[in-house]
Amino acid sequence: MESILWLILGLPLLTAALIHLGLKRKQPIAALVSTLSAAVGLILTLLLVSKGETLSLGFDWVNIAGFKGIQIGIELDSLARGMLLIVTGVGFLVHLFSLAYMKDDSALARYFCGLSLFMFSMIGIVLASNFIMMFMFWELVGLSSYLLIGHWYQKDTAADAAKKAFLTNRIGDFGFMIGILMLWGIAGTFTFSELASYLVARPDHSVFFLGVAILCIFAGAMGKSAQAPLHVWLPDAMEGPTPVSALIHAATMVAAGVFMMARFFTSLTPDLADLHLIVPEFSSQTIAWIGGITSLLAALMATQQDDIKKILAYSTLSQLGYMVMAVGLLDPEAGMFHLFTHAWFKALLFLGSGAVIFSCHHEQNIWKMGGLKKTMPVTSLTFLLGTLALCGVPFTSGFFSKEHILESAAHRGQWALFGIAALVACLTTFYMLRLFFVAFLGDSRSEKANHAKEVGPLMALPLIALAAMALLSGYEFLGGKISPLYKPFEFHPAAPAFIASISAVLIGAFLAYKLYGNAKEDPLAEKSLFKIFRNKFYIDEAYAKLISYDQDSVAAFVHFFDELIINGLIVGGFTRAADGFGRLFGRLQSGNLQGYAVLFGLGVLLVIYLTVFLS
Amino acid sequence: MASLNEFLFVSGLVFAIGLAGVILRRNIIVIFMCLELMLAAASLTLVAFSRFHLKDGLPDYNGQVFVFFIITVAAAEVAVGLAIIVALYRARQTINVEDLTSMRG
Repeated sequence: MESILWLILGLPLLTAALIHLGLKRKQPIAALVSTLSAAVGLILTLLLVSKGETLSLGFDWVNIAGFKGIQIGIELDSLARGMLLIVTGVGFLVHLFSLAYMKDDSALARYFCGLSLFMFSMIGIVLASNFIMMFMFWELVGLSSYLLIGHWYQKDTAADAAKKAFLTNRIGDFGFMIGILMLWGIAGTFTFSELASYLVARPDHSVFFLGVAILCIFAGAMGKSAQAPLHVWLPDAMEGPTPVSALIHAATMVAAGVFMMARFFTSLTPDLADLHLIVPEFSSQTIAWIGGITSLLAALMATQQDDIKKILAYSTLSQLGYMVMAVGLLDPEAGMFHLFTHAWFKALLFLGSGAVIFSCHHEQNIWKMGGLKKTMPVTSLTFLLGTLALCGVPFTSGFFSKEHILESAAHRGQWALFGIAALVACLTTFYMLRLFFVAFLGDSRSEKANHAKEVGPLMALPLIALAAMALLSGYEFLGGKISPLYKPFEFHPAAPAFIASISAVLIGAFLAYKLYGNAKEDPLAEKSLFKIFRNKFYIDEAYAKLISYDQDSVAAFVHFFDELIINGLIVGGFTRAADGFGRLFGRLQSGNLQGYAVLFGLGVLLVIYLTVFLS
Repeated sequence: MASLNEFLFVSGLVFAIGLAGVILRRNIIVIFMCLELMLAAASLTLVAFSRFHLKDGLPDYNGQVFVFFIITVAAAEVAVGLAIIVALYRARQTINVEDLTSMRG
């Protein structure tokens, strides 16, 4: 049991090392080894899940006198098990898909090395038993995400996107680190399983301080889960290969923030119903509102994107906002459940878009597609299923999980957030059906789309498997067993959540059909309001201005400091001093023999004077 | 017999003449000879002190023996010094110290 856990964690690292050190030139073998290791990981995880044991193990890593050591440890509970299954399950399918999608890539080994490294880091986050270990793996996923976004680094846009992702995450991670230390200051432990009892043992801790610590830790989640205002990196991260977008930037890594918050909140108290007694109101409200605003902004931006991956990216942002909102509403169960269902159907949508892009020879503009339903039936059908699940159509997995979030907003009496969530649900249906209508229905609008062929079995298989999960993972017989945290669905036809979610889907679908049912071009493109959406509220431009302004002033100061202090006084000063002393003493070396003799004589006189007359 | 002070006066005079020669003359051979003069003055002092420092009615011969050593070492030193001067002349064609300033800093 323990060895299985260490194997699950260590195998991807071994694979990455093996590929990097030995298989760089044997690219196909590297790809197979990596996929095989992902498959082994999935099988072992299924074994763990079927046993359903709860386990906690580890060893001391750092011991400092008078302070409980930092552990390298594994905490296996239902939260970790479910998340582990998402990571290894989606991970394996993405590996499989990549075999076909990336087969002509010239750096296949590097790609699969990155994937394996990512699997290692992500599994590390999932299994981590304390904040320090989680933080280390947190940084490692950041690194592997950077490497994979920049896989096609010859393209400037990809290299820039990788940098942007890394730097934006840095901001959040800084807050995360401060938050961890603040929490340690309050509770005196990094270990999740000890947090609750340690907090209880110190009843006099400052509530405000704890609230700030929670918000700082949440800053880490904001970076990783791309919450406004740190959301800007995620759409750009779509420059990476599409399977990477599916695995890292849709299903797992971006959800790590939500997972971390859920892990944190569930370890604050043994009974989740008491969470509102521990988490201060202002921090939970902030979290919920950041999630709500992110989901609304992203959904609005998604309505006017033309790039198939960008639409999905904004939809991911929006769904992540949903999950964060659920966490902020102190309902981590609903958030994790939505994370669980979202992972499957969003991975499905991304892989589906990957299949489309692959068949259309790297065409990503949906207005240049069209009619793919006829040429790519399997992809279209699975994509439709994913779309339905994302929209929250009843009886798909997305419906159940979205319902819970709406319900918890209603339950807490947060009607503003409830309204935002319902509006976002409506917008989600609208933009996803827009995408589906434009790209898959109608007539093909370009040569590339005309010649699209159905993808091979290696790509179709992951799509079908994920489509099955998108449909079924919300039901109790499946989701109840393997979801990280599961809430059974209760049918209340008169509840506001139910009415809102059904009507949101209907209104969104109606609008999408009305506007895009037979559209050849975007009827809203010229409207000024929608131009703002298309341009992402000009947030990127504002950041660019802000950063260039900041950097220019800092650079000017640094330049001044460098020129005057460093160059003028320190470096220049030393050389001038050495030079001056050199000239002074050089003058004594006249080269005149008799001059030396005089000096020597004077020296002797001086010595005599000193010894005879002064002693 | 002359007194110790007279001996020391002569010795100091010879030393001063030697030092003046070393400092003022330009010809390196003359400088060298003046150097020997200073050495001789020092030897004279030793002999004078030896003569006037009586132990059990006898002079202290340590000083006089020391002078023999000085003479021996000086002979060796002269051999080396003159050899250097010869080599110097071969290299530079001059024995004027004012022309020998290649060590100027």
